[in-house]
Amino acid sequence: MADWTDRKRYLWLLGTVVPILPLAGWGLVNATGLAAFWWFGAMFVYLLMPTIDLLLGTDAENPPTEALAWLEQDRYYRWCIYAFLPLQYASFGWACWIWTRGGMAGIDKVGLMVTMGMVSGIGINTAHELGHKKEQYERWFAKLALAPVAYGHFFIEHNRGHHVRVATPEDPASSKLGQSFWHFLPRTMAGSLRSGWALEARRLRRLERSTFSLRNDIINAWLMTVALFGVLVAGFGISILPYLIGQALIGISLLEAINYVEHYGLLRQREPSGRYERVRPAHSWNSNNIATNVFLYHLQRHSDHHANPTRRYQALRHTDEAPQMPTGYAGMLVLAYFPVLWRRFIDPLVVNHYQGDWSLANLHPPAEQRLRGRFGEPRPIEQRVA
Amino acid sequence: MAAYACPVCEYVYDERDGAAREGFPAGTSWELVPDDWCCPDCGVREKIDFVEVPAS
Repeated sequence: MADWTDRKRYLWLLGTVVPILPLAGWGLVNATGLAAFWWFGAMFVYLLMPTIDLLLGTDAENPPTEALAWLEQDRYYRWCIYAFLPLQYASFGWACWIWTRGGMAGIDKVGLMVTMGMVSGIGINTAHELGHKKEQYERWFAKLALAPVAYGHFFIEHNRGHHVRVATPEDPASSKLGQSFWHFLPRTMAGSLRSGWALEARRLRRLERSTFSLRNDIINAWLMTVALFGVLVAGFGISILPYLIGQALIGISLLEAINYVEHYGLLRQREPSGRYERVRPAHSWNSNNIATNVFLYHLQRHSDHHANPTRRYQALRHTDEAPQMPTGYAGMLVLAYFPVLWRRFIDPLVVNHYQGDWSLANLHPPAEQRLRGRFGEPRPIEQRVA
Repeated sequence: MAAYACPVCEYVYDERDGAAREGFPAGTSWELVPDDWCCPDCGVREKIDFVEVPAS
């Protein structure tokens, strides 16, 4: 371990570029005179990140096992994450000022709304990293990061719902083979909300408390959004509200597109007892593309995350057993927006993953006919890879 | 009083301490914890997968 150095150590600071994308866009508008740069957030996520991923390729380097404990306790890495929050809030307040100060074309305001939505959406990823931690203050930071996007129920449903039922038909956040992103999006939003609420209601019933109380972590997280939006509307006027709501919806749909990619078509098999098998590396799509891994804090080392959800991002490892997406999540979500292209390139990967026996996949029943036409009858394999 | 550890992370349910936030006050016996209750820290495994460990 003595001679191992973390080559990504200072790259993690690049995560703080994301929350200042709106300011960067403003700078580019002024420097170039091109108003298109109000959309810089979208350019960054949908063009720049996928391009850098393709140019720089992959990085499968793992920290040696002996280094994991040391990596986890080094507080420097936490501060890289915490730094996201004040920058996110500064950008949010600044955007409100820009939207309302006058003299800006409507289309540019929409561009800034989309850019802010990218920040809020990736902010859910920051909240995700924080919400998995055991420290109470980090869970509180997670709620702060979720407030601008009004997605306070996420860290309840994600930790106690999604992680438990991942890669099963019961999980609204695991997409199915043959299901398009546009079919998935409203269903995962509604299903995750229902499930998160039920989980919290159940916990409060055990506590013999009312579901509608401030102890309800979903309610108190949502109230943070109400307070935040309330302060901003009071300060900048009611005309700000459509932009606040618009950027939140864009942020949510960005996060849900990433969710769509993470477990597409993958299924945990049932054990003889009727329980689902324990989640394995084979149940998450991974990627080692470096740009997306740096900007999303190793989210793409998703199998290790599901095996060890409390492990900090800097210590997540690549594993050879995990199915790999052809490029980083950033590029994959562009593909996800176009179901025809997605099916063309990704469905065969799922079928191959199951060695032709696509009946083992997490199937979207309405797509079965089409899958049969394209891939033929599912061929059962005698011995599944354990 | 016994204690039970999550097989995945470092979480330990100690009957003496219970898990107040989860609705199990101090002294709640392991028997009373529902089988499908999952580890509150990692969420990977449920009660039936926990292993008994020496109580502190």
